[in-house]
Amino acid sequence: MKLSPDEKLDIREILKDLDRYRPRRKGWTWRTPVENQQIGPFVYKDTSASLEQSMPLPAAAAYFQGIDPQCDFVITTEIASGRFEDDLRRMRMAAWHGADHIMVIRTTGQSHIDGLIEGTPEGVGGVPITRKQIRASRKALDAIEDEVGRPINFHSYVSGVAGPEIAVLFAEEGVNGAHQDPQYNVLYRDINMHRSFVDAAESKKVMADAGILQLDGAHNANATAKEAWKVTPELFVQHAVNTAYSRTAGMPAELIALSTVPPTSPPAPKLRLDVPYAVALRELFRGYRFRAQQNTRYMESDTREATVAHVLDTLISRLTSADIQSTITPDEGRNIPWHYNNVAGVNTARQTLAGIDGLGELVEWKEDGPLRAQVRELKERAVLFLEEIVEGGGYYAAVAAGQFVDQGHYPERKGDGIAREPEGGDRAGTVIARKADYGAPVCSHFGDSVYAEAEGKPCETYGGCTLCDPSKIQYIDELDGEDTVETRLERTLAERAQGLVRPEVEKHGDGIVCVTLFVPESQALAGAAALEMARHMGLKDPEIINAQVMHPAEGSLFEIKGVLDIAIDTGQLTLESKEALLSDAEIESWVRPREIRIVAATVGEDEHSVGLHEILDIKHGGIEKYGFRCHDLGTSVPIARVLDKAEEFHAGAVLVSTIVTHGDVHKKLMRDLDKMADGRGLRKQLVLVAGGAQVTDELARECGMDAGFGRGTSGRDVASYLVRKMREGESG
Amino acid sequence: MSLQEREDDFEARGAGLRELADEELHARFWSLVDQVVEPLIEEARTHTSPSIERSVLLRMGFSSVEAAALVKLMEEGGVLGHGAGRLVLELSRKKGISVREAGTALQEGKYWEDLPL
Repeated sequence: MKLSPDEKLDIREILKDLDRYRPRRKGWTWRTPVENQQIGPFVYKDTSASLEQSMPLPAAAAYFQGIDPQCDFVITTEIASGRFEDDLRRMRMAAWHGADHIMVIRTTGQSHIDGLIEGTPEGVGGVPITRKQIRASRKALDAIEDEVGRPINFHSYVSGVAGPEIAVLFAEEGVNGAHQDPQYNVLYRDINMHRSFVDAAESKKVMADAGILQLDGAHNANATAKEAWKVTPELFVQHAVNTAYSRTAGMPAELIALSTVPPTSPPAPKLRLDVPYAVALRELFRGYRFRAQQNTRYMESDTREATVAHVLDTLISRLTSADIQSTITPDEGRNIPWHYNNVAGVNTARQTLAGIDGLGELVEWKEDGPLRAQVRELKERAVLFLEEIVEGGGYYAAVAAGQFVDQGHYPERKGDGIAREPEGGDRAGTVIARKADYGAPVCSHFGDSVYAEAEGKPCETYGGCTLCDPSKIQYIDELDGEDTVETRLERTLAERAQGLVRPEVEKHGDGIVCVTLFVPESQALAGAAALEMARHMGLKDPEIINAQVMHPAEGSLFEIKGVLDIAIDTGQLTLESKEALLSDAEIESWVRPREIRIVAATVGEDEHSVGLHEILDIKHGGIEKYGFRCHDLGTSVPIARVLDKAEEFHAGAVLVSTIVTHGDVHKKLMRDLDKMADGRGLRKQLVLVAGGAQVTDELARECGMDAGFGRGTSGRDVASYLVRKMREGESG
Repeated sequence: MSLQEREDDFEARGAGLRELADEELHARFWSLVDQVVEPLIEEARTHTSPSIERSVLLRMGFSSVEAAALVKLMEEGGVLGHGAGRLVLELSRKKGISVREAGTALQEGKYWEDLPL
């Protein structure tokens, strides 16, 4: 399946022949670093191989030759629309902005489902992770990675009560990364701890053999603590428990990534609190990978505030180290992320990491400053935390005593930790002792088994397990006839086939829009007024998703979301055809040898000169720079004088500026110029161009001009037009 | 029962750690972690769960629906501790049928008396 940049993803094509789809590779892929990489005018220190196709940052297109340097960290985006067919389009947009780690969030409640889900039912806050969903997503990502020219890692969760089955599913289907941490089950999902740890060993063994990169769950302690900077001693312990457990289950260090978040956000003195923690972590866990997450704990509804915090998080990644920079959408503090905010989050990391490229050549830690003592103190607090676990009778007893996720800065205790009973929780009592003859005749199995002793693979006697012979995998398409992707597509694709289009932020054509309003009233009044204004705009169910007081009496700013319940018929739209501008080099190479003369003036009784200067003067980027010889006659120039000078200089073009429009004088001036030039026999040899705030190309042509230019015109716009027009004249 | 509240007694409690060099402190950290993890991994080595057993059957070529049904029957029959995969494999050998045929037969209530328990 090959994608074309000007065509939408064909979901039906992706769904075709999924029963026969096999992943093209297994295991995780890192970016390929390139030292001292020349990209456009710059040499980069911390970048990786460039993409074949991408959307560069906005400033890149305008000022930096469209360059798109790709940092050496893998960049993550988290996807959670509820419908996987919509996730696929979101993945493609994110990949074009530099994401190469796509983390698909599971539907609410999947953790507690004791078994695999099949088919494509709709989810809440994520999608049900199923074999069909994984195959379709991986198949789409295969095509997307070909389109952008870089491998994309696909990731989801091996947690909950069906971990081993999900791990096998992921290994069979080529999922590249997964969260796996039994402590997450225990602390946050209240799943029985025996079950969680017993299952985890099997899951980790399966993941390790399939080369799946593991992320742990320690970052959740940051996200739930009231004062997140105080739980740092415990975070080392959580990382270590999962890391040591993984190693014992057979996972190599290079597949173990610690999921770590700088705990605080401004106005806290973020770097002073977060850097000692980040340094201590990297020292204690040397040899492992680091997945740097951005802070979600202190996010409110203001996307700008979130973005600044995330820039600082990313700075800490570069100052310390990271292998993966995860991104958080700036709107996560106010709603389930909208798709364009996945792109915004990715761009925050991309822009920041481009901007701080080579930072390591400029700065290093002050080893004689306070940092060293703070790092040491954190490590000691973590060791004390472990000592108390051991003294108290081990991990289960510590959890039962509420030692974890206490708000105190260990060894300080607030007595508010999350306590769980070892014999309680979801699926308590479901762990079974293996009999002496216990056996599991499959690959990637952990623990005692009568088949483990035999020579060769344990699955040899029956011709191989699915990990050795994928043709044995049993594919189930759907179990529920109604709640399927095919049923949903009938609705959404029907509108598209009719050429109808609706705005969207999350799911196909959901109609949701966001408007920004400032209301100059006190806060209480302003909010009510803003909602009323949104209703008058035709928005259904308007809701304030962000409100910021600019001043208690002077007014407030609101972002309001609502549903614009109309479909636009794209067949009825008329498109303004806009010709691509000629390049600077092409313009100059044509103009300079010809020594083309231009006569320019502000005509009528009009003293405005600024607009014309912008177009002409070299210092404003005007057309002089291409080699046009410009004669500016100044302001309030009569039409007759303009033409006198055009004749005198043998000008190729006349540019007139007309700003004053009282009584339609601008139209009269343009018509007069056309008529008078015609009367003098100059019209054919002169290109007549008019400009002004109220001038449009259409209006100017109506009034006899060859072209008109309005607001926002640059010298290049005019020069590009003149060269095209004059070239036509030469060849015609 | 949660731990009681406690003031930050880091200075006193951590006094014994102060003389350790950084590398010694790291070694102490990891040796304590190993002590914490050891009984957990030992339990995993010697125990199983319905999810592990279903994951074994998946690897042996059963669908998620078939694996769930088989494991449920074996759990109810109190035989899961022998390993769902082993029971199916040994039954197939004994009867000279394929692994999938053995699993299907068990689901249909056949051959339970032939399981190698």
